[in-house]
Amino acid sequence: MPVEKKIRVLTTKPGLDGHDRGIKVICAALRDAGMEVIYTGLRQTPEQIVSAAIQEDADVIAMSCLSGAHDYLFPRVSEILKSKGIDDILVLGGGIIPDEDIPPLKAAGIAEVFGPGTKTTDIVNFIRENIKRQ
Amino acid sequence: MFDKQKLEQLRAAREKYQEAVDKTLKKMPERKSEFVNTSGIPIERAYTPLEMEDFDYLDKLGFPGQYPYTRAVQPTAYRGRFWTMRQYAGFGSAEETNERYHYLLKAGQTGLSVAFDLPTQIGFDSDHELAQGEVGKVGVAIDSLWDMENLFKGIPLDKVSTSMTINSPAAIVMAMYLALAERQGIAFGQLRGTIQNDILKEYPSRGTYIFPPRPSMRIITDIFAYCSQEVPQWNSISISGYHIREAGSTAVQEVAFTLANGFAYVEAAIKAGLAVDTFGPRLSFFFNSHNDFFEEAAKFRAARRLWARTMKERFGAKDPRSLMLRFHTQTAGCTLTAQQPLNNIVRVAFQAMSAVLGGTQSLHTNSMDEALALPSEVAVQVALRTQQLIAYETGVTDTVDPLAGSYYVEKLTDEIEAKAQEYIDTIEKLGGPVAAIEKGYIQKEIQESAYRYQKEIESGERIIVGLNKFQVEEERPKELLRVDPAVRDKQIARLQDLKSQRDAAAVTQALAEVKHAAQTEANLMPPILQAVKSLATLGEICDVLREVFGEYEAAPIV
Repeated sequence: MPVEKKIRVLTTKPGLDGHDRGIKVICAALRDAGMEVIYTGLRQTPEQIVSAAIQEDADVIAMSCLSGAHDYLFPRVSEILKSKGIDDILVLGGGIIPDEDIPPLKAAGIAEVFGPGTKTTDIVNFIRENIKRQ
Repeated sequence: MFDKQKLEQLRAAREKYQEAVDKTLKKMPERKSEFVNTSGIPIERAYTPLEMEDFDYLDKLGFPGQYPYTRAVQPTAYRGRFWTMRQYAGFGSAEETNERYHYLLKAGQTGLSVAFDLPTQIGFDSDHELAQGEVGKVGVAIDSLWDMENLFKGIPLDKVSTSMTINSPAAIVMAMYLALAERQGIAFGQLRGTIQNDILKEYPSRGTYIFPPRPSMRIITDIFAYCSQEVPQWNSISISGYHIREAGSTAVQEVAFTLANGFAYVEAAIKAGLAVDTFGPRLSFFFNSHNDFFEEAAKFRAARRLWARTMKERFGAKDPRSLMLRFHTQTAGCTLTAQQPLNNIVRVAFQAMSAVLGGTQSLHTNSMDEALALPSEVAVQVALRTQQLIAYETGVTDTVDPLAGSYYVEKLTDEIEAKAQEYIDTIEKLGGPVAAIEKGYIQKEIQESAYRYQKEIESGERIIVGLNKFQVEEERPKELLRVDPAVRDKQIARLQDLKSQRDAAAVTQALAEVKHAAQTEANLMPPILQAVKSLATLGEICDVLREVFGEYEAAPIV
């Protein structure tokens, strides 16, 4: 029987924000759900995030930003992916993100945006259902 | 404290009570099989003198303003003066933030609290590449003395007390404040306020570190030495548990990790040749006030006692002011929900009440909309009014430490103190907070607590009203505050203007002096003060320090 490949998730904190409680909780929850989690730590530039995702062969990039810089940082990650011709990595965002910012983020290529109060199981399920690579 | 014969009678009465309990439980079991607070302390059904048979009033509590200061640091507490009502605020440009300060002062706020944006906190000017998207977002952007002047326009610095949440670049921002005081013609001795200046909690919880721990500790002790001489009314550090708690710790961990950091600063300063009673009186603290009402109130009392005893017994402090743990409190941002945000007003009110019953010296009440965005003016006003209501209407301020003598609160105070002491001993065994952080111990402890808390919410074991019970379909509020994205361009233009107008040779000379001080053991404050006066920018001064001290590289721990 073929061994099922584990989903690989790069979790990351773009920009200068140091609030990492949420992303660390998500790391633990994704691991408990059987995924491989690679956490970059704080202060990642969009360029660093994309190159880490490539290097780690990540299926998913999960970004967390609570500083309000999501409007610049999240789309920038999508842009760099696009410029490299990568379209099979699922890109997710989360943090303190006003509702009105969500449609433009989605238009920019962020598959889903998770706000305060999200259940970690919802994130797990979303990844399982929307993963682009099989 | 209790009569032996009376205790015997009590024991007999308790047996009867237990029979009644057993009978009731058969008919109706309790809501939970066990009641435990966030710190893992089991909560008894009812507390009596039997839980505190050996309680020695003078040893454990003393009178308000007397060692070990469990009840209060000051004999009359709020009967003399209320706490300082101090709302943390800052966003966009110095001009916009200055407007908010005038609004808050007019609304009856009694102290200022400056929120800086992340580039400022991490030592980058607004034009730095890494500042993209972050300028003016979580606080005000301060690049140079020019911005500082605009920030405090129309606010005489001898008339307010100002708290500034700045850590790695604390020396620079403090120097800007001093330079501004000089320009306003105000003597340093008249300045009152606080700089956070607490690097040790940045590594495991808040994340705005720049330099490695060792040079960071040196900058901090330089500030202690300088301020104790030159700015005697200034709190040269605010040792912060707030962010440790926000990162997910329990109440006990908050007390333990914060006080352990505090002791590390005391030790470092003593090693640097300062006498404990020269800087001890200017150490201050900053705690969180979370949901569990009595656990929080007891936490503040336990922290006061633990600090006083250790300062006296371990560090030999003699000045009573060195023994007094004075603290600011902020209600717990992490407890705010984006769902049904009006509920947050009520949450904040209870949390604020805990802080007041715990004897806080200063208080920030969160605004109802902070799980969504930066607070709007209306939300800030309600938050401030919550404090004013507690102060003027509820009557809890009329007597000192009204919870004292509650069997439950005294027992909890003892238990929190004892459990915090256990953690402090463990950290000491690991080699102190710096070693414990390098080993990932503190981070792991905090993360495990955070994950446990989240799992309790998701399993429904812990109810958060409006989030996992009593939910409604709702529209999110629309009137949220947004930072003008043009603020970065404006800051960049101003930086260019500054650089074209200042005396470049003076700046170069001043930066060289800073570098020289950093390379030797000279106190960094005088050359940094000179540098900010010559209009060197915050980023330029930090760059010089980065060159000498290097940068901290955090190993991601999950």
